[in-house]
Amino acid sequence: MSLKTRIIPCLDVMGGRVVKGVNFVDLIDAGDPVEAAIAYDRAGADELCFLDITATHEGRDNIFHIVEKTAEHCFMPVTVGGGVRELEDIRKLLLCGADKVAINSAAVKDRDFISRAADKFGNQCIVVSVDARKVSSEKWEIFTHGGRKKTGIDALEFAIDMANRGAGELLVTSMDRDGTKSGFDLKLTRKISDAVSVPVIASGGVGTLEHLVEGVKQGGASAVLAASIFHFGTFSIAQAKQYMADNGIKMRIDN
Amino acid sequence: MSENIAIIDYGSGNLKSAQKALLRAGNELETPPNIIVSSNPEIILKADRIVLPGVGSFADCKQGLLLIDGIEEILIERVIKQAVPFFGICVGMQLMADFGEEKGKHKGLGWIKGSVRKIAPKDSKLKIPHMGWNELIFKQKHALLKNIDNGENGQHAYFVHSYHFEANEKQDIIATCDYAGDITAMIAKDNMVGVQFHPEKSQALGLKLLENFLRWQI
Repeated sequence: MSLKTRIIPCLDVMGGRVVKGVNFVDLIDAGDPVEAAIAYDRAGADELCFLDITATHEGRDNIFHIVEKTAEHCFMPVTVGGGVRELEDIRKLLLCGADKVAINSAAVKDRDFISRAADKFGNQCIVVSVDARKVSSEKWEIFTHGGRKKTGIDALEFAIDMANRGAGELLVTSMDRDGTKSGFDLKLTRKISDAVSVPVIASGGVGTLEHLVEGVKQGGASAVLAASIFHFGTFSIAQAKQYMADNGIKMRIDN
Repeated sequence: MSENIAIIDYGSGNLKSAQKALLRAGNELETPPNIIVSSNPEIILKADRIVLPGVGSFADCKQGLLLIDGIEEILIERVIKQAVPFFGICVGMQLMADFGEEKGKHKGLGWIKGSVRKIAPKDSKLKIPHMGWNELIFKQKHALLKNIDNGENGQHAYFVHSYHFEANEKQDIIATCDYAGDITAMIAKDNMVGVQFHPEKSQALGLKLLENFLRWQI
């Protein structure tokens, strides 16, 4: 008996709709985030992540409604990221039913924001998104704005600082691998995971079930996040869990 | 007649989730209870069952709770003297201890003997917080564990915490989980029960546990 490795499907939401849609057979409206969340809940996902990529301020209110509706139907942990800039944003998301919030740009802009957020709401609900690109063989840099904006900040140094400031978990995304289906950046994941005491979620680049196994075994991740392989039905959550369990990773297979 | 279940509202982050999960669990009852989120002393004083949620640090939750005028007296009257069923979730459970040792030593409600201390897995490589799904290991029989599967290949509960309840009396520990050492997952004494994990986030196991709490006859 022990703690299990988590599988976290991630839904990108824009203006209240899932971007790219979710290709499940039993969904009436594939673009409805709440329906997709319910489907993942039933499928045995260990957590769920909503990433709000709405560009405009006006569209952002949708996410609160989505989280609230999801909490009515899904009794599983939900992380919400995207556009979290102030303590008030965090409070609102938590009160809607989110368990954790993922913070990216606001943490890069003002690192003390993470200290304040962790102090106010507890480390357990503060996830820092470490979006990194490789700049040389052993060096990664933090990028913001969906990987477009260079910051010059060393990813490892940033990750360690964020954990020290009270982040309860780090979501490490390789912006080089994101969307490529070529697997996680295992070196990056490993370097950060070895350097911090908090759990690391590996993200960016999953194309096969073997990639998930690598993220845990070689990357040292406590959880793996993926989007398209689940959304488009390439693999089910159950298949992924079974594959990981068959490869010696402790998974929760009781639903 | 429907029972009134009061979830004490002191701004805790898991308030909404606890409310929704209790509503769902309550629908399994022949007469679904009223689930009331409130900081009104009158309502808490009249409730048939009381739920205390809590996330964040021990000190912050204690401080938040004490902002409700007269809450300690109300809880002593209703939970200790009149013995209505009480359920603490996460930090809401931890607050039942004598002391919490997160960010300094702070006094708890002192209902169940023990202190809340940082978890210290024997394997130093293990991550803290203890975050994710873990199986429950039952140590004692308890009405709230009815129809829940125990141990290896049992059901999982969702945990996210860095501190846990170290109870002085062994019999107060109802369930643990393994994280290179025992972590207190559930404590109980008389009409009081508390869980370190989040039943409102633990899918089937959580809803069953909440239903068992709503049905609990002491």
